[in-house]
Amino acid sequence: MKDAFGAPQSLLVLGGTSEIGLATARRLIARRTRVVWLAGRPSPALTAAADSLRALGADVRTVPFDALDTESHEERLGKVFTEGDIDMVLLAFGVLGDQARDESDPVAAVRVAQTNYTGAVSAGLVCAGALQAQGHGSLVVLSSVAGERARRANFIYGSSKAGLDAFAQGLGDALHGTGVHVMVVRPGFVRSKMTAGLAEAPLATTPEAVAGAIELGLRRRSETVWVPGALRMVMAAVRHVPRPLFRRLPV
Amino acid sequence: MAVETHVLDDDCEAITGWGRTAPTLARVQRPRGHAEVAEALRACGPRGAVARGLGRAYGDAAQNAGGTVLDMTGLDRILAVDTTAGLVACEAGVSLHRLMEALLPFGWFVPVTPGTRYVTVGGAIGADIHGKNHHVSGSFGRHVTALELLTADGEIRTVVPGTTLFDATTGGMGLTGVILSATLRLLPVETSLMRVDTERVPDLDELMARLDDGDHRYRYSVAWIDLLARGAATGRAVLTRGDHAPYDALPRHHRARRDPLAFRPGRLPAPPPYVPGGLLGRTSVGLFNELWYRAAPRAATGRLQSLPAFFHPLDGVPHWNRIYGPAGFVQYQFVVPYGQEDTLRRIVRRIADHRCPSFLAVLKRFGSGDPGWLSFPLPGWTLALDLPTGLPGLGRFLDALDEEVVGAGGRIYLAKDSRVRPETLAAMYPRLDEFRALRAALDPRSVLTSDLARRLAL
Repeated sequence: MKDAFGAPQSLLVLGGTSEIGLATARRLIARRTRVVWLAGRPSPALTAAADSLRALGADVRTVPFDALDTESHEERLGKVFTEGDIDMVLLAFGVLGDQARDESDPVAAVRVAQTNYTGAVSAGLVCAGALQAQGHGSLVVLSSVAGERARRANFIYGSSKAGLDAFAQGLGDALHGTGVHVMVVRPGFVRSKMTAGLAEAPLATTPEAVAGAIELGLRRRSETVWVPGALRMVMAAVRHVPRPLFRRLPV
Repeated sequence: MAVETHVLDDDCEAITGWGRTAPTLARVQRPRGHAEVAEALRACGPRGAVARGLGRAYGDAAQNAGGTVLDMTGLDRILAVDTTAGLVACEAGVSLHRLMEALLPFGWFVPVTPGTRYVTVGGAIGADIHGKNHHVSGSFGRHVTALELLTADGEIRTVVPGTTLFDATTGGMGLTGVILSATLRLLPVETSLMRVDTERVPDLDELMARLDDGDHRYRYSVAWIDLLARGAATGRAVLTRGDHAPYDALPRHHRARRDPLAFRPGRLPAPPPYVPGGLLGRTSVGLFNELWYRAAPRAATGRLQSLPAFFHPLDGVPHWNRIYGPAGFVQYQFVVPYGQEDTLRRIVRRIADHRCPSFLAVLKRFGSGDPGWLSFPLPGWTLALDLPTGLPGLGRFLDALDEEVVGAGGRIYLAKDSRVRPETLAAMYPRLDEFRALRAALDPRSVLTSDLARRLAL
């Protein structure tokens, strides 16, 4: 169960090697979290991630999960919930893709869309149903500022996050009043292996900062969290920049 | 395996405790009699059921995520009153307020009352509540002469003091069974007024000395502490002690002479349903505390006060829990044994240094402990304070206070908890393993369960 401050005792991370996912798990283990499920494709990286959390004193288990294999989600994730209540699900998987290549390789572009959007729809619905059945819990969805307004530089990724964001907001409304809390997290540029080698955007942040914002959001039962918080105002302005002008902005 | 999805129906409600934190969804059933309780328990499904009274437990004791919550307030009959012996038999959903209304005209008062009259008899037994008279009267369970308990196997058992099941049930947080009715021993009173002595105390050491020195002369004793005062004023307090006023003590021509047992609690309007968070910050609470301390008489003896004014001032404001805003609040209540005064001083200093905006901080002395396995009181000092959950770092801070409390051989109160670490709990309640074993034997499928039970693996 969650405590009065929203700190969960059990956590399921979808995308078990995600840096934000692991930073959040570390932070929550320092509070109340004792059981962590890492869902991801079996790999040495997943094993290492599990070991690193185990070293912090948590009871860590892994479950094979592939965002693209939506047929398997209900069975794989459903099994996690039969082992005990999950107080928080962190939907943290996603790929950035390579915009330049993906524009000329529709199959690769579709894989980005399927991972980030279709896979999340499927996994999100499975987890939301299970949370609803247990009458409590948080579903935290990692969206992105990239989904707020499509940019020339990464609109394939951005559009997939826009879809995910809209889906998560709708799901949050559907679950309002059921004891299940859906929180959409919109980080800006996060310094991580996903963005290694890319030019840093203004207001860049870190996985640890995102984890901190998630913990605060849980305490406040927020529905939307921007990381850093200043992005809320920045994006409110960016959203209204006329397109001819937006096109020419160096963003 | 497919996930079973829950079909929401009209009976489902998101429920929280009085502190309004951590809501969870449950199907609420309102049984009207013993048979309906038994039926509801039989039909409750894999996530079990828990009884709930008037929802005054601060944390998650009367919540049951995904399962059933039995609203017991429909079982509200007073079954029998023996006005000679001072005994009342009533159903579990009867509130202490109702008992006072019904019994005061006969010159009887409830033996133990907490800071609110709006708790049910079932809840009072389940949490084994205490009042300002613990040093004289012990906890609520000590005044129960028998109770009817519906256990998970569907049997209704009559449980009497001195038995294992009784001691597991008083303070058992509703996890041994559903209390259906109980018989209580009452306290005789001549009037519905209190004779009260009030004094201002400049600091904590002086307060503890005065409590130590004079408590045995009063049935009721409580100290309100200003936890925002620092330095030399740390722990300054208003000490209030009193007794039921005997008829002869009423001044000549006092209107209560004509109707000495009248009971007419007044009520103020409730705060609106939505109150923004953050109203109770350090400035506003600091100002309140300053005024409250200054407004108290330096020393006044023998003032007459009504029962509600003395025992339940907050009951005059319905839904006062809303003033903490939507994020809610936690109440932290702990006890440390006598001989651990240094721990108490250290904790009070830490709270004052942390600048916790608490305007309801109360210090009391407990008498001898109670037989309930998970009963909270033990002989020592108990401090209770309300804190808004939005206070940065509060979770960690209270965890650190828990460490001090455990180190001193103390414990925190389950009826008010919504945040203690499960691993800390065993050190606080030495009979926890026995309780778990009894539950496993009595209720192997955990039919009776709650969010509190899940959170702390009770």
